[in-house]
Amino acid sequence: MKRGLNPKKWVQRGGLAALLFALPMIVIFGVFSWWPVTQSVVMSFQKTNLVSEPRWVGWDNFEWVLTDPNLPIALKNTLWFAFLALIFGYPIPLIGAILMSEVRKRRGLYSALAYLPVVVPPVVAVLLWKFFYNGAATGVFNTILGWFGLGPFPWLNSQDMAMPALVLESTWANAGSTVIIYLAALIGVPAELYDAAEVDGAGILRKLWHVTLPNLRGVLFITFILQIIGTAQVFLEPYLFTGGGPANSTLTILLLIYNYAFGASVGANYGAATALSLLLAAALAVFSIIYFRATRAWSTT
Amino acid sequence: MNKTKTFAAFAAAALSLGMLTACSDDTPSGDDTTGRTKLTVVGLLPGATEEAKAALDQQVADFENQYPDIDVEWVEYEWKATTFSADLAGGTLPDVFEIPLTDAQSLIANSQIADMDSYVKAMPYGNDFNPGVLQYGLGPDGHIYAIPAKSIYGIGLHYNRTLFTQAGLDPDKPPTTWSEVREYAKKIADAVPGVAGYAQMATSNTGGWQLTVATYARGGRMESVAADGTATATVDNAATKAALEFLKAMRWDDNSMGAEFNYDWGSINQAFAAGQVAMYTSGQDVYTSLVQANGVDPDSYGLTTIPLEGADSGVLGGGTLAAVNVKASDEVKDAAMKWIDYFYLGKYISEDAAVATAQLQVANNQPVGTPELPIFTSAQLDQYNRWIAPYVTVPLAQMKPFTDGIVGAQPIAEPPVATQDLYAALDPAVQAVLTDQNADIDALLATANTAAQRAIDANS
Repeated sequence: MKRGLNPKKWVQRGGLAALLFALPMIVIFGVFSWWPVTQSVVMSFQKTNLVSEPRWVGWDNFEWVLTDPNLPIALKNTLWFAFLALIFGYPIPLIGAILMSEVRKRRGLYSALAYLPVVVPPVVAVLLWKFFYNGAATGVFNTILGWFGLGPFPWLNSQDMAMPALVLESTWANAGSTVIIYLAALIGVPAELYDAAEVDGAGILRKLWHVTLPNLRGVLFITFILQIIGTAQVFLEPYLFTGGGPANSTLTILLLIYNYAFGASVGANYGAATALSLLLAAALAVFSIIYFRATRAWSTT
Repeated sequence: MNKTKTFAAFAAAALSLGMLTACSDDTPSGDDTTGRTKLTVVGLLPGATEEAKAALDQQVADFENQYPDIDVEWVEYEWKATTFSADLAGGTLPDVFEIPLTDAQSLIANSQIADMDSYVKAMPYGNDFNPGVLQYGLGPDGHIYAIPAKSIYGIGLHYNRTLFTQAGLDPDKPPTTWSEVREYAKKIADAVPGVAGYAQMATSNTGGWQLTVATYARGGRMESVAADGTATATVDNAATKAALEFLKAMRWDDNSMGAEFNYDWGSINQAFAAGQVAMYTSGQDVYTSLVQANGVDPDSYGLTTIPLEGADSGVLGGGTLAAVNVKASDEVKDAAMKWIDYFYLGKYISEDAAVATAQLQVANNQPVGTPELPIFTSAQLDQYNRWIAPYVTVPLAQMKPFTDGIVGAQPIAEPPVATQDLYAALDPAVQAVLTDQNADIDALLATANTAAQRAIDANS
């Protein structure tokens, strides 16, 4: 008899209990995650105001989205954000974690300090930074930089500086979680490897390059794809800091989706918003698949 | 089969389902257990002072005394283009809420607000509304859906008298032309470092709104609507261009606009009340919320009309309508009308109500007498102003330049089709001029015009 296809056997092996245990999660996921996803697929082919009967419009919403002159701008800005976040946000937590794992004393204190920004509610953090970023010479950052003869900088009031300013805050706010992940992974690196490397005469940098990083690659691989997916969906920072300005210089894909749905008060275009959401999800799915395929050999030890 | 395990699984499943149902057990508006009609209404702006809250609580208590069978609960509310439709779609608006004039037509067409016709007509003043304002709240069936309620505004120029004095300007002689505005702004920015001589809203669609104000003041229009109802965006007109050139000159030639250019309605009020902004344009009634939410110093406040130049120039006017949840039961609608009468309208009609409301506001240090434009007739508004004259707490003398100047000004309504989309299309143009020294105004307006036309076409 084949395994797994016999209902009686399945029940006897505790399958029913397993299903019952899983049921709450299945219901919660179904109601709050899969059902809305299905709904948004339906909605992307409709014109609706969520009150009166929706009207089927075929591919009109997708056409509207793809011909929007703001779409290339938002795409460019999102990629720019992702790139900047990769430059600053990816190495900094790794360097921080390696330094922390090297110190002998107060490692707990340092990791707590690194994690502190994560504990601050994101909206509070952004509003605080908005205050710090005040463009006047009396703004917090401008005052501090003024002591060194720098500035005053316009920060959020400049089309060139706004995006890097957002990335800076975002790195500060999110580095903590990644540092914790790296610290946990670093504990898993066998000490014998370092000892062996030392016997072979390797310095700190060579140990880092030949022992630490190869042992972390599984984790690095996951944090990289998480970072890409996370930055592709950046919303909070541009929404709270600048509303997409100045002059659309921080308008991101997700903010554009938000503007479609909620930006024009009663002129809400939920169909276009869901259509662009689907396009974004599809693009990210394709990217993830390619990335996993391309790095399959690399990620398995 | 492992019975303990199965039992545990059933228990866990039952427990979680129980929690799910507990979550969905919300209390609908309408009858509560005591048999009173529960009514949620719009209260104050988020961040209102304790005194303002106390005054409103007293009004609610007073109302509940008059109508013991109604239980009123007020919520904080600030109309924002970005949150309103989410609240509307999510059903989280109170039973009675406030909407701008320009939103009413879409809401009526989409059946998103209740038909209040019979309730309004039953009021003694049901047929006396200023038709220019009421037209926004009428449905295609001629019924009244949204009720003119408050803040019937014309845009004014708000200025800080203290900063005027510091810059050696006479606070009783505010600027009357745009070139004087520029000149004064420069003087103030030079005399008081760190202060913006003139500031302009630029984000959350307010940039487009205030650019429209500046365009009307120079005789331009943002949309032209043909006889068959098709609208054409005309935001690349000469007046709008002049308005942006004006901002550009102040920002880059004079450097008299300070260092912050991401203001919206709320944050520019805050900056003005904090003395960081010497002049800005906004609704003439904004003084009330400057006091209630921002604690402005009354002695420093001044209000005048915005300069009007060129043929066919005028003052952008708008206002706030009260609307009722489309899903409200008849009892709730009845209670809603009583509240609208009590809170918004009754005081204009009855001397007793006017005096009682004014006294209560005075007792709580709230502003009384902020200039208004007529919801009913001008004669009736004059009468109301006479009723409350003994209780006026706002510095009316400092608002005289406005109250005198507005009389002859032509009021112009906001662009009728896709209003918020049009404003949203103009925001980047305003922001670009304020943040990029080399901004190409013609190109910006051409882009904005295309975007606005796209939104107009999508709406029709």
